Amino acid sequence: MHSVLTFLTTIVMVAVGTSVLADGHGDCGPAGQSIRILASDFPAIHAVVDEAELRCGKAAAEFVRNHTTEARTIMNAALKPNPSEYSSVIVANSTLTQLMNDGLVRPLDSLVEKYSDQIKPNTLISIGGNVMAVAFMANSQHLFVRQDILAKVGIGSIPSTYDELLIAAEAIRRAGIMEHPLVMNMQVGWNIGESFNLVYLAHGGEFFQPGTAEPAINSEAGLAALGTLKALVEYAHPDYLTHASNETQGLWEAGKAALGIMWGSRGAVILDDEGSSEAVTANTVLAAAPSVEPDGIPGATLWWDGITIAKNVPDEQAEATFAALISGMSPEMVMKNNDDAVWLLDGFEPGAAAAGVSATAAGGAQPYPMIPQIGLMHNALGNELVDFLKGDESAEQALADAEAAYVTAAKEAGFLK
Amino acid sequence: MTHRSFFWFVFPTLSAMMLFIALPIVSVLIQSLHVEHEQVLVVVESCGPFGCTQTMDIDHEATQALRDEQPLGRFNGLNTYINRSHLAFADISEAWQTKATLTEFVQSIMNLPFYRALAFTLTYTFGVTPFVLVFGLAIAVGVNNLPKLFKGPTIFCSLLPMMVTPLVGALTLFWMVDGDGVIGATLQYLFDDPALSLKASASLTWIMLIVYGIWSSIPFSFIVFYAGLQTVPKDILEAAMIDGATKWQRMWHVVVPHLMPLLIFITLIQLMDNFRVLEPIIGFSAQAHATSLSFIIFNDLNESGYPLFASAAATSILTILGVAVLLTPVLIRTWRDFHRKSH
Repeated sequence: MHSVLTFLTTIVMVAVGTSVLADGHGDCGPAGQSIRILASDFPAIHAVVDEAELRCGKAAAEFVRNHTTEARTIMNAALKPNPSEYSSVIVANSTLTQLMNDGLVRPLDSLVEKYSDQIKPNTLISIGGNVMAVAFMANSQHLFVRQDILAKVGIGSIPSTYDELLIAAEAIRRAGIMEHPLVMNMQVGWNIGESFNLVYLAHGGEFFQPGTAEPAINSEAGLAALGTLKALVEYAHPDYLTHASNETQGLWEAGKAALGIMWGSRGAVILDDEGSSEAVTANTVLAAAPSVEPDGIPGATLWWDGITIAKNVPDEQAEATFAALISGMSPEMVMKNNDDAVWLLDGFEPGAAAAGVSATAAGGAQPYPMIPQIGLMHNALGNELVDFLKGDESAEQALADAEAAYVTAAKEAGFLK
Repeated sequence: MTHRSFFWFVFPTLSAMMLFIALPIVSVLIQSLHVEHEQVLVVVESCGPFGCTQTMDIDHEATQALRDEQPLGRFNGLNTYINRSHLAFADISEAWQTKATLTEFVQSIMNLPFYRALAFTLTYTFGVTPFVLVFGLAIAVGVNNLPKLFKGPTIFCSLLPMMVTPLVGALTLFWMVDGDGVIGATLQYLFDDPALSLKASASLTWIMLIVYGIWSSIPFSFIVFYAGLQTVPKDILEAAMIDGATKWQRMWHVVVPHLMPLLIFITLIQLMDNFRVLEPIIGFSAQAHATSLSFIIFNDLNESGYPLFASAAATSILTILGVAVLLTPVLIRTWRDFHRKSH
């Protein structure tokens, strides 16, 4: 609870203090080093790396950056050789696990201590007592609603539970406004697995038997989650099994949806004046992810994005890279790019686009699990649940299939005997 | 040619084939017989902006020690081949014993990822290949009969589907069949059903993928047949005409037999290509309704963030065996023809 409060304070409070970088150029660490960054490709990450390059690019012998949506698929291979291809990878919860599974990132404790005046303690990601990453932004799924359409069907408050969400969807359909008022990212594979995770966590589910890699999804919570999911997709577009973020955002911006469970990072993009009409943007409200019972656990996974430093690089290079990226997280950077993300940094003034993520975190949503074998479980869920949603098999069978697929994969990967 | 000079003649090709084809297959085979070492897991506490939770981490020193001992991993024999993700013998025999009716038995087999993928892969292969042969020949004959002036542009246009990158072609069509796209909206209008969606039904998705497969493969068979048509001996055609053969008879008794070797060549290539179908499934986001053997391999290596090399290798070897089985009848036939001619 304490850290949730800290998180809220970060979001709500405007920066005071820490103006170490008053002259605009902070400490860039050892000069003449090579800084090579691998990162995903979205505006908030560009903003951090741009600022790092602006401040510390000149002091470095080279400053190379590779922004690619395929970062996740190449990073382990790129960090394995010694010296590794990149000195830093910008990661999120699940990708940090992927790097740590192969032991490719170094503990940052000594660097954090050295640069502690520029780092907020609540942005440190520690595992087993070692700081492994420094986070700079938060993300989660949450509810998007069109207030004007809810008002038309006589619903004054924003749905806060799945039941209320279903009532609202039914009311909109009954009124003949939209046949399919709900959008969710349900593309078969990663997205459908993640959508299950949200509802499953809201139902209080656990993915594994505590302390082991044995699956625990074929449970009451699992059945309940599938029931909720099935009820929701009745109101989703018939093509929902092909919809990921780009498609759901498109439907929303085209005014073809009134209720949505989408990523917080799409909030700013939807609310801006591009790609949509005034009627949609002015009436779109971002709210907490729905829960099962009133004031229950929101159906969302909390994510952070942050920096890591490669293990297989010389210490000076590691320090220069760390210092550059930390300088990229300055309050000035946040000020310039305030609406690009829900920043965990000083200087952030939360706007309308950040409201959904803040409310979801405040409601006590769970972070996306950082467990070594979670990727295998996620993939099994992503591939095996679809038959149930299509109506081809029972919920019990779908969960049994997902467990069987996971166990097969986990045995091969050495997580289970 | 003496044996000695023949050897030196084929040596460069042979060594390249060894290096780039045989060795990788052997390495994949070896890979498929091994699985990862046991991961030594420890329970740790993980803290971040959202609080602290109990989680697990891999004990790298202990795991690395296991790896150094046996770099290939644990020997697993053929167990990967018969596990649930592949041939699933245990699941099949269980289903055979417990399921009451044949329908239920077939259903439970189609619930296994490998057999489900195999079902689509075979349907796709045998759905696409004949159409590609027939349409390719028809277009080639048509173009061959055009006046010279139109031939060039027509050939260019006919080759377009092959020039378009498969993934781009698939994506373009995917957007067109969307409910808001040209084809999707037209179909909804024609059938007067605003909820009609090609992407939501399994059978329509299969048809869509097969039509895409035919569209993208026709240029290949067309251009091969067209080249073959240029070599049809004129005097035989004229002799057939004098004998009073109709257009169809000339086509069926002169042109097609002449093109037979090409027909077999295209059949071979198409069977191999279509058995490895992947791009349209990704492009159409069709994995809800259709998966292929190549798609399973892609998924094993790419999706979980933890590449399952043994699993992918086993599916690869099974794919190679599948291609071999498919090609056998065609190869036996070619071999017989070759034998007959040489006597």
